Amino acid sequence: MQVTSSVREPLVTGGKTVHDVTEDICRQVEGRPTKSWMLGMAISLATLGIGTYAVFMLLWDGIGVWGLNKTVGWAWDITNFVWWVGIGHAGTLISAILLLFRQKWRMSINRAAEAMTIFAVICAACFPGLHMGRLWLGFYWALPLPNTWGSLWVNFNSPLLWDVFAISTYFTVSLVFWYIGLIPDFASIRDRATNKISKAVYGALSFGWDGAAKTWARYESVALILAGLATPLVLSVHTIVSFDFATSVIPGWHTTIFPPYFVAGAIFSGFAMVLTLMLVTRKVFKLEDYITINHIELMNIVIIITGSIVGVAYITEFFIAWYSGVEAEFYAFYNRATGPYWWAYWTMMTCNVISPQLFWVKKIRTNIAATFILSIIVNIGMWFERFVIIVTSLHRDYLPSSWAMFYPTFYDVGVYLFTFGLFFTAFLLFAKFFPVINMAEVKSIIKSSSLKSNK
Amino acid sequence: MNDNKKTYWKGIEQLSNDPEFVKNADREFPEFLPINGNSEGGGSSRRDFLKMMGFGIAAVSLAACEAPVRKAIPYVNKPVDVDPGIPNYYASTYTHGGDYCSILVKTREGRPIKIEGNSLCKITEGGTSAQVQASVLTLYDRERLGLPVIGGKDGTWEDLDKEVIAKLRSIAAQGGQIRIVSNTVLSPTTKQVIEDFKAQYPTAQHVVYDAVSAHGILAANEESFGTRAIPRYDFSRADVIVSFAADFLGTWLSPVEYSRQYSKTRKIGANKKTMSRHYQFESLLSMTGGNADYRTRIKPSEEGKAVVALYEAITANKKSDIEYINKAAADLKKAQGKSLVVAGSNDPRVQVVVNAINSALNNYGTTIDLSSPAYYKQGDDAAMDRFVNDVKGGKVAGVIFYNCNPVYNYKGGAELAEALKKVSLKVSTSDRPDETAAISDYVAPDHHFLESWGDAEPVQGYYTFVQPAITPIFNTRQAQESLLTWAGVQTPDYYTYLKNAWARRGVSGNAWDKALHDGILGARSASAGVEGDTTSLASTVTAAAGAAAFAGDVSKASAAINNIKGSGLELVIYQKVAIGDGSQANNPWLQEMPDPVTKATWDNYLSVSPKWASENDVKSFEGKCNMARITVNGVSKDVPVLIQPGQAEGTVGLALGYGRVNGGLVANGRGVDAYPFMQVQNGVVAYQVLSGVQVEVLSEVYQIAQTQTHQTYMGRDTVVQESVLSKYQDDPFAGRHDPKIATWMSEEGSVHPGALSLWKGHKYNNHHWGMAIDLNSCTGCSACTIACQAENNVPVVGRDEVINRRDMHWLRIDRYYSSDADPEDKRGLEIAAANPEVTFQPMLCQHCNNAPCETVCPVAATTHSTEGLNQMTYNRCIGTRYCANNCPYKVRRFNWFKYHDNGNFEDINTPMNNDLGKMVLNPDVTVRSRGVMEKCSFCVQRIQYGKLEAKKEGRRPKDGDITTACASACPTDAIVFGDMNDTESRIYKMLNINDTDGPDYITEKEILEPRAYHVIGEIGTKPNVTYLTKIRNKDIEETKA
Repeated sequence: MQVTSSVREPLVTGGKTVHDVTEDICRQVEGRPTKSWMLGMAISLATLGIGTYAVFMLLWDGIGVWGLNKTVGWAWDITNFVWWVGIGHAGTLISAILLLFRQKWRMSINRAAEAMTIFAVICAACFPGLHMGRLWLGFYWALPLPNTWGSLWVNFNSPLLWDVFAISTYFTVSLVFWYIGLIPDFASIRDRATNKISKAVYGALSFGWDGAAKTWARYESVALILAGLATPLVLSVHTIVSFDFATSVIPGWHTTIFPPYFVAGAIFSGFAMVLTLMLVTRKVFKLEDYITINHIELMNIVIIITGSIVGVAYITEFFIAWYSGVEAEFYAFYNRATGPYWWAYWTMMTCNVISPQLFWVKKIRTNIAATFILSIIVNIGMWFERFVIIVTSLHRDYLPSSWAMFYPTFYDVGVYLFTFGLFFTAFLLFAKFFPVINMAEVKSIIKSSSLKSNK
Repeated sequence: MNDNKKTYWKGIEQLSNDPEFVKNADREFPEFLPINGNSEGGGSSRRDFLKMMGFGIAAVSLAACEAPVRKAIPYVNKPVDVDPGIPNYYASTYTHGGDYCSILVKTREGRPIKIEGNSLCKITEGGTSAQVQASVLTLYDRERLGLPVIGGKDGTWEDLDKEVIAKLRSIAAQGGQIRIVSNTVLSPTTKQVIEDFKAQYPTAQHVVYDAVSAHGILAANEESFGTRAIPRYDFSRADVIVSFAADFLGTWLSPVEYSRQYSKTRKIGANKKTMSRHYQFESLLSMTGGNADYRTRIKPSEEGKAVVALYEAITANKKSDIEYINKAAADLKKAQGKSLVVAGSNDPRVQVVVNAINSALNNYGTTIDLSSPAYYKQGDDAAMDRFVNDVKGGKVAGVIFYNCNPVYNYKGGAELAEALKKVSLKVSTSDRPDETAAISDYVAPDHHFLESWGDAEPVQGYYTFVQPAITPIFNTRQAQESLLTWAGVQTPDYYTYLKNAWARRGVSGNAWDKALHDGILGARSASAGVEGDTTSLASTVTAAAGAAAFAGDVSKASAAINNIKGSGLELVIYQKVAIGDGSQANNPWLQEMPDPVTKATWDNYLSVSPKWASENDVKSFEGKCNMARITVNGVSKDVPVLIQPGQAEGTVGLALGYGRVNGGLVANGRGVDAYPFMQVQNGVVAYQVLSGVQVEVLSEVYQIAQTQTHQTYMGRDTVVQESVLSKYQDDPFAGRHDPKIATWMSEEGSVHPGALSLWKGHKYNNHHWGMAIDLNSCTGCSACTIACQAENNVPVVGRDEVINRRDMHWLRIDRYYSSDADPEDKRGLEIAAANPEVTFQPMLCQHCNNAPCETVCPVAATTHSTEGLNQMTYNRCIGTRYCANNCPYKVRRFNWFKYHDNGNFEDINTPMNNDLGKMVLNPDVTVRSRGVMEKCSFCVQRIQYGKLEAKKEGRRPKDGDITTACASACPTDAIVFGDMNDTESRIYKMLNINDTDGPDYITEKEILEPRAYHVIGEIGTKPNVTYLTKIRNKDIEETKA
């Protein structure tokens, strides 16, 4: 069905057969949890525990436990929100856009990337909720629900409301896309399962998959349709998130460059996060033949491109701030680079603009350790990008009388830790109980055993 | 089978086919069940029963979840003049020692909730101050004494009276000395009470002192003119005002009165293009200094010399090398008879020279009136010193402290406390167990003034009245009544006594009622007829009075002054506008009121000059600064340092009123007590220490809670627009910075930013509320801030939360210093000039027509009204804070915590955390819950009330019917509120509004007044609050930004 040129380098190395693929992937699901998994789970749950305490205190005492003030009304909360949403971009980009472009190398990484997307979006969605002063009302008042208050409706002018729609749509489509892809693999596990519980659970999860040609045909069309649906969402979600800032009047926020710049930044951070996770998974689950240096190199190239786009955007912002002649706008950028938060700005510049440029060197972009470190640095940089945009713009805006500093408290950090705990707990559960690589798709790119015997 | 077919009947009715039976035959229970009261539809009764039972269970379980029952006690018989929801206003008078203000007390359901100025009063003319506004909260201070105290334990009035009278009599019998110690007493009837007391106990003497004394002026006038009095000053007639360290707008003598007069000379417009010129010579940057056109920094030791130099420059054309003295002299000479020189010094010699200057300038009779002296300060430092010595010498047997606290607020308080142990009878009438009451044998707590009867004579011949607005909350007794009781007067009821006293002065019956109703009795002598004179007091100034011959010895005074020498650092002890002498220190509104100049709350601090700070390596960031140990004559205190631009080199400043020990939970331990640093120089209490001041910088860092930490306006011309008078006279648009936006849509190629909009704009068919703020009139006094706080139930958040930058004031006053840096030098602009120009800018919700907050709220909790208000619906708010982020003016305030009924705020936000404190809350305004946004509403409850009142009378609201709390509190009339649709309104005329009616209402109102501008108008928010440019009366513009 799928034709692969024989001169191309194989995407899966190690001479894996179709049976090897099933064995390699299902081994993790069927075996007992490894020690390293247990350790990872323990750390994640501990982090989640600390985070849950912070969330509880936040809800019990009020937003005042955070370090926000009358001038800086958002800081870590929305920084984390945008950061997580950004990370949540890679999965869908890999599975949808690369599917449409027929990039077959995506096949061994899309499953985990999509799972990461879903968990990241869940983490992101925590913040618009938790940052509300009255979550107990806001969680449903922000939705356009019919109500008994007469014509009381949500404000369709508000970018925050657009966020609600954008994030929920993106989450739903990503989840469905991911799950549909999992069905054939669940069926494989079901068929191999030896104990009753696994059989029953994976049987239920696989929705009665029968492997018939017709089923496969439908599966492929659904995947294509969902990829088509998801593709615009990859671009729209972060565009709409950027509207939170771009439609405001605050110097440093009110910028038309934000939509493309945010999307590029999101892909940038998403790919970095995929790399961070995949490099660990690959090592722990011994999947080096599936996730090869070639994959890593290709992803690093995406990071160079998006990192450079982001870098150009930073410089453009600065240029326009000066060129526009708007005093407050110019000061906002001048203050970013030289004001009390200069360290945040230069951390961002170093991590996001300078460090990815190292990937021009082939030795670095094919080096696993270097990639791992840089992927983390990129995400630190992207966190600081959002912090810089939000905090340094707000802390010195129009009236100097209100200029103030923001100092985080334990609870700012704690709620961030909460989402980390949540993310890694979910990801570890996924890695243990779900097939981390799309077996069905990967099998389609295995060079046939006859070729192997011809060698 | 058919044979077996038997028929059974239910009864004879079935057999007989009784129609009644047939009707109900198909029902299960043909008879009506007893539980159903209905005569019809018996079939549904079971369902009804179940419904009722279900409802009952639900109701019972719901009732179990209900919040605790709140105490609400209805009237059994409704009082005639109390209608729920309708406020009653009573005229009264605020007196606190010599502080004076004629007021109206707003009461709701029998409890005072707000104080307004009394516009009938010719002295304060409806103005108020922050302390006056806040005094209503002191009424509901639960730390006031609720019972008389005998020997430190709660007692009864009977026991107290018995014991006090017995002791007084035994002292009198032995010929022991009795003293009544008080601050200034403005009430003539209280003085009469004291006379009655003295009649009963002939050894009794009345000793008057003031925490901040004006002995210098009194003594100087005695020397110069033979009358020991403070003259009545009239700043409104002065074209040139020179003040030597007199903070006459903030704390000196009668700031409300002087602010009112001063502002009249500062208002300019199309018809009046002149204004007074104000020179200030001072060490600290006072609020008054911040308003001055020319300000010179001098050391306290140079203060007298500067006065002498001015005298010599005027009389002998002798040039001085003190900055601006020659210029001031030249201006004064040009404005003979229309100028005023005042000095804050307590040194009679300095005041004699000041008198000589005013006399040389022929100011007596115009701006100074000696014929109707003011009684604001009557303290006699010498008498008080004698008293302290008498106590030390064991010569005094009994002391009654009448509403005063000398142990705390007299320079030798600690010695006095020690010496008082020798006094066998010590009685205090303090309302709380303060420092003096704590060491008294008996405390006979006085009423709060809002529970009291009384009168006041602030200026000779001008009387105002005090009437209670609430029955006493505690088992307290009016101090006058206590004195009368102890004096053995038969009917000690003070109301009767007061009424009789006024009847003797010819005011009784209707006249008495009218006097109480108005709160004032016009300028007239007490013995004159009933006819009240309501003409301006100023008109009573006669040439004869002015002609009072100056008889002071200037040369002797000058010589003595020239011998004053300072060495090393000099300390200035001053009062802050909010806390004053510290007697209202337990008032959290005042504690949290940002100081007009430093914007600091909850603390006092050592103010130092920036140069001193850099020399001593003291740095400040966000209010965080080193502590310093200040030592004067062996007394050491650790104080936080505040770097104060405009402070004279070689001086440090420390405010009085802090460091309370027994002030109450709000006040105790806040800041340090500066009274022990006061010294006696030449027989008078001096508020400055000229030598022997040591300051050692400590490594310990302390953060002062400031509401504003950035000092300059960064050269942002659209925030503060200012110019100088000469330029304004040439071009009324002087100082206006009017950014335009380029567009192809107009022929000129550019338009006003507001003219380009995504939005259609608003059409205001009925009212269009707006506000105009005159930056030239605003002195920064912050009465509006406290008035707003009282009116709108604005929470107090405490020092820690102010440090977290979460102050809740809906109306703040931004204070900007000028910078000497180049406008392009952004770093340099952050540093204020060494002697900066100061701008005060009240900042509140601008009620933008294109409000950035309104578009971003996801749940439409903040919306635009049909009358131009930007409304905040607390119930709908979910607290995303997006609106606050997107507010370019940063006026939105978020409820970070639950500020009411929260143990963490119990001793901070007293008006919302105890049952008594809550009585001050305005029932028309919601107390906001945690997690919602709040902000200025333009006092929408007042607008609504005014509209309803007008509607009841079948008319439209007239201009002046409706005003906001800030505008009505303002002593300088800097804030004008009104309907911009009403062509007769003040605001309409003031802003010279031209109504335009474009096809899509893009410009709602075209404002033609040249001085009018919108803050950061270039972003097109189109505010309904308009500012008028600040015009300084300087020859040339001196600073850039």
